[in-house]
Amino acid sequence: MDVFEQALGFYLFAAVALFSAIGIVVTKNIVRAAVLLLGTLGGVACLYFVLSANFLAAIQLIVYAGGTLILIVFGVMLTSKSPFVVFTPSRVQIGIAVVIAVVLATSLCTLLLQVDWSATATDQPIVQSPQVKVVGESLLQQYLVPFEVASVLLLVVMIGAAYLARPEN
Amino acid sequence: MFPDEFYDFLLDGVLTIGLTHYLILSVLLFSLGILCMVTKRNAIGILIGVELVLNAASINFVAFSKYQTGGLDGHIVALFIILLAAAEAAIAIAIFMNFYNTLRTIDVDRGDELRL
Repeated sequence: MDVFEQALGFYLFAAVALFSAIGIVVTKNIVRAAVLLLGTLGGVACLYFVLSANFLAAIQLIVYAGGTLILIVFGVMLTSKSPFVVFTPSRVQIGIAVVIAVVLATSLCTLLLQVDWSATATDQPIVQSPQVKVVGESLLQQYLVPFEVASVLLLVVMIGAAYLARPEN
Repeated sequence: MFPDEFYDFLLDGVLTIGLTHYLILSVLLFSLGILCMVTKRNAIGILIGVELVLNAASINFVAFSKYQTGGLDGHIVALFIILLAAAEAAIAIAIFMNFYNTLRTIDVDRGDELRL
């Protein structure tokens, strides 16, 4: 991918992700927030493509947009009498929260702009996307222990979620 | 029409996407996630904010993997983040269902007691 394609892709998908995220924060309707989350997750998945992480982008779309988002939408439907139920926090709370978020964003930005990243940069950024085979091999060799721990975690989560969400009595 | 420095700046800072661009995007997504977590009173809104924060973190991992370390490590960590986010969402939704069954609402401000 040449420089201009990368710039175009980055700005396009970053804008999609950011504006969806802003929409999530601004909207009072939880269903709309769940739908806008799809925009952010899709934008981030496309950014993974731009970063030449194709396998990760596919997984992001399948697991996040396909699984987690559906779960959230079901959660919305099952926990409200009307899907358009609205809880509004007070203006003071919103003001304090906005101040905190802006301070956080500006301080993190100034911090990361002060660091000279070029000192540790790799000579050759990954251009060729790594094969799925390479990812699978490193999952089962170098990262075998976290992989197994993750499978145990998923089992525990499955049992725990079924136990917690069982019908009363 | 413009001095040469302007074109250099355009090519270096704006058109050549580097690590900093991804880090700034990630900071903005992270702050929006925090903002969402703090302002929403609907428990599922808070969960959506957590998802935004997790996504910001995994963008960082993949960007560092591309521009700094050059290996696959960042991709693997991002995979585990996606897995943990799915697990966390499943448990959280189960807890919210219980919360709703008990209190008949999903407003987290009503859940300030450990037991009824």
